[in-house]
Amino acid sequence: MTPSSEAAPAVRIESVSRSFRSGRRIVTALDTISAEAVRGAVTGLIGPDGAGKTTLMRLIAGLLRADSGRVEVLGIDIAKTPLAVQARLAYMPQRFGLYEDLSVRENLDLYADLQGVPHTERAERYAELLHMTGLAPFTGRLAGRLSGGMKQKLGLACTLVRPPEVLLLDEPTVGVDPVSRRELWQIIDHLTRTAAMTVLFSTAYLDEAERCAAVWLMHESKLLGAGDPKDFTAHMSGRAFQVRAGSLGKRQIQERLASAPGVMDATIQGEAVRIVMDEATAPSAAQLLPGANDVTITAAAPRFEDSFVALLRAKSPVHLPPSAPAPVRTGSAVRDEIVVQHLTRRFGEFVAVDDISFTVRTGEIFGLLGANGAGKSTTFRMLCGLLPASAGLLRVAGFDLRTAAAPARGRIGYMAQKFSLYGDLSVRQNLRFFSSAYKLHGARQRARIDWALGEFELGAFKDVASSDLPLGFKQRLALACALMHEPEILFLDEPTSGVDPLARREFWRRINALAESGVTVLVTTHFMEEAEYCDRLVIMAQGRLLAEGRAEDLKARLRGPNRPEPTMEDAFIALIQEAEAKSKAA
Amino acid sequence: MSSVNIKFLLRLRGLLRKEFLQIMRDPSAIAIAFLLPAILLLLFGYGVSLDARNVPLALVVEQPTALAADFASQFERSPYFKPRRFANIHAAEAAMDAREVEGIVWLRSDFVRQAMHGGPALIGVLVNGVDANNARLVEGYIQQVWIKWLGAQATVTGHPAAVPVDTQQRVWFNPAVQSRDYLMPGLIGLIMTLTGALLTALVIAREWEHGTMEALMATPLAIREILTAKLIPYFVLGMGGMAASVTIAVFLFGVPLHGSLCVLALSSALFLLATLGMGLLISTFARNQFVAGQIAITSTFLPALILSGFIFDIGSMPKAIQVITYIVPARYFVAILQSLFLAGDIWVIIVPNTLGLLVMAVIFLGTARLIARKRLD
Repeated sequence: MTPSSEAAPAVRIESVSRSFRSGRRIVTALDTISAEAVRGAVTGLIGPDGAGKTTLMRLIAGLLRADSGRVEVLGIDIAKTPLAVQARLAYMPQRFGLYEDLSVRENLDLYADLQGVPHTERAERYAELLHMTGLAPFTGRLAGRLSGGMKQKLGLACTLVRPPEVLLLDEPTVGVDPVSRRELWQIIDHLTRTAAMTVLFSTAYLDEAERCAAVWLMHESKLLGAGDPKDFTAHMSGRAFQVRAGSLGKRQIQERLASAPGVMDATIQGEAVRIVMDEATAPSAAQLLPGANDVTITAAAPRFEDSFVALLRAKSPVHLPPSAPAPVRTGSAVRDEIVVQHLTRRFGEFVAVDDISFTVRTGEIFGLLGANGAGKSTTFRMLCGLLPASAGLLRVAGFDLRTAAAPARGRIGYMAQKFSLYGDLSVRQNLRFFSSAYKLHGARQRARIDWALGEFELGAFKDVASSDLPLGFKQRLALACALMHEPEILFLDEPTSGVDPLARREFWRRINALAESGVTVLVTTHFMEEAEYCDRLVIMAQGRLLAEGRAEDLKARLRGPNRPEPTMEDAFIALIQEAEAKSKAA
Repeated sequence: MSSVNIKFLLRLRGLLRKEFLQIMRDPSAIAIAFLLPAILLLLFGYGVSLDARNVPLALVVEQPTALAADFASQFERSPYFKPRRFANIHAAEAAMDAREVEGIVWLRSDFVRQAMHGGPALIGVLVNGVDANNARLVEGYIQQVWIKWLGAQATVTGHPAAVPVDTQQRVWFNPAVQSRDYLMPGLIGLIMTLTGALLTALVIAREWEHGTMEALMATPLAIREILTAKLIPYFVLGMGGMAASVTIAVFLFGVPLHGSLCVLALSSALFLLATLGMGLLISTFARNQFVAGQIAITSTFLPALILSGFIFDIGSMPKAIQVITYIVPARYFVAILQSLFLAGDIWVIIVPNTLGLLVMAVIFLGTARLIARKRLD
């Protein structure tokens, strides 16, 4: 070890580039990135899917080589002596790198052997880790039988058997329930404070940036910015406001605000619309919503996401997509489009969905919020008629799914997780295929394909294979495919998972417009903030419904002197804790 | 230095124990090592035979006489044939067209008269030539029956047999002329090719799929440790499969084993190292189990089936193809196995082929070691 390595930053990246070959194309994953991570603190690699976070993590772990540039960890060139670095860092890949057919204890033993932890130190170290992760009661359980949150903690414990100097965590919180997510952050805070460990933490959740000491903000293989997240947020101070107008609905307000002069960003938050201005000047009601009565504007706290949106807007010129896909249906009465009563689904002993009931009205946006494994996807599959219910009643668009699944399916548009598109087919071929699947043909089919290409601005990409599209365009195409047959009901399964904030805004603008035109929308998400876009939502955990209502009301229950602005995540955690307390009392 | 070695042993022990636990909990590896060879041996052993037995044969006797009946009964007694009688040649031909019979033996009306006068007693023989191999076998068998009968007649009637040469056949190395005895050793070589390559390729691909390989690579393990830890358990498992296969061949199918077990064990070990090396090589680029399985079957099993000399004689292949057979490890192993099972420790065969296996093992394991990187690209 050279003396200089003690003073070197934990990680130093110097104009690193890396590209991959994908078929005949060259895809750039990292484009001349330079950054440094300080010792003893959490550095967040923040960015949407496809930003290059995982590639950068792998470069730092010595699992990939850079095409050009230099990566140093603790002052050591990783390309020259990867083993010297790997002896001092620990890396938890996505999906945690656990052996599912080994028990908790056996996984720990394996990693202790691999990391050369002496037997004499193990008992103490295991006890500490098991206590920290709360896994002590489960040492004999196979890793494959653990819940998502427990797997995440076991993965972390395995990387920590030998306390590393640098800890790399690749998207450890994706799809994990908020309670586990909060616990993970507590562990990380503990590690940086007491063991002075350096942690690199990658995530697509922008709200996690605020927990990091420093962030590297990544987008489309470039580094958009680096530094203290507080500086990013401070830069936006005085620019965020909440707007309410008694006479207008929240979606109409948002629609008008999005195109108002001086407004950079407008999103629905509860019953109000949150806006971010181009400059730090308080807007007037006349400037924002000319002609509207009863407008109240209050200042709001800036968020990290605002600065990301500002950076993205600065990069690409402001562009507003056509917001209203022409009204799909007209003149139908409001009714209960989706009725779920005492729905239960068992897989052998396991109850995936446990006696849930809810109703969705015409033109509503209804959310199913919960972590991976909460039973959202199972509920969804039953609603689409893809999986029979074990018990309970299911009516969609007036059809009982037990007796008339096929006609009900004809009224439903379904956008699956990860955008189930045919990657080898072009945009136009995908549209043609999905419209044929719904029995569209001839002039009508051509008209719908032209509509989709125009409406979703896919015309320029019409002959591009869908696997080669950027993520945001894949999402558009998937939505277009689901809308080809003009469904009355739209099912969206994790629709905005991993896409960048601009693409997410654009997506929700379209969904809002659809809802305004009378389409009923049911959406699942594990993304707590996404709940804000829903009119009403239910929160699911372990197959049960914990609560139902407006996002605003669910949060309001927690509002108190020491928590003036509770988030959706706070509400979720409080509900889970209540449910646990109740089940303990029973 | 010693602390380095202790850590190395600790890491190796950790990986081996993990591998052992995985094998015990997920029985697919055991299935590949033991069940697959057993099933293939049973299938091939009972299903594939290059012998003709119970061949359906049409007998057309135009003029039933005692002599003709005696000749026909020769076919009924033969284990090779299952004769059916037809009144005339047309009915027999129709049966052959329908593939109800594989051949026709036609005794014309003047057959008896000719035979009694010691002249050339002609019989008509028609053989279905669709399957040429089978046709030649049937033809030969019919001829044997015919000669045998003529000989018997000669002693009865006092006329010398009307066959110019007295044929005497003796089959070396496989005196029972059982194709099973000849096929089994080759089959074992073939099966062990598949098992060896498939085991390692699949097991490593599974680690890629589950993301555990990425986690392993980020630990201070050296790539040779990862490879060694994969090689040892599956070598043991493969040798177990080999022992099971030999046991099945010898005790269930009664194939003789003339050579020494020692040579068998040594050559099997070398061969297994070569095929495990092929599996490791496949696993360096095949990162999901489906692709790994496909590649293992097409790049190891099929060449071993066609180019090992197991079914097709290498000597009669075109020169260019013969050259290719030298990079098929099964070629050397099949030669050794056939020698060990049917003849014994024939050193002129065993020594060069064992050297061939050694070279193959070094090439495949060496290439795998050179190509494998502790990186994801």
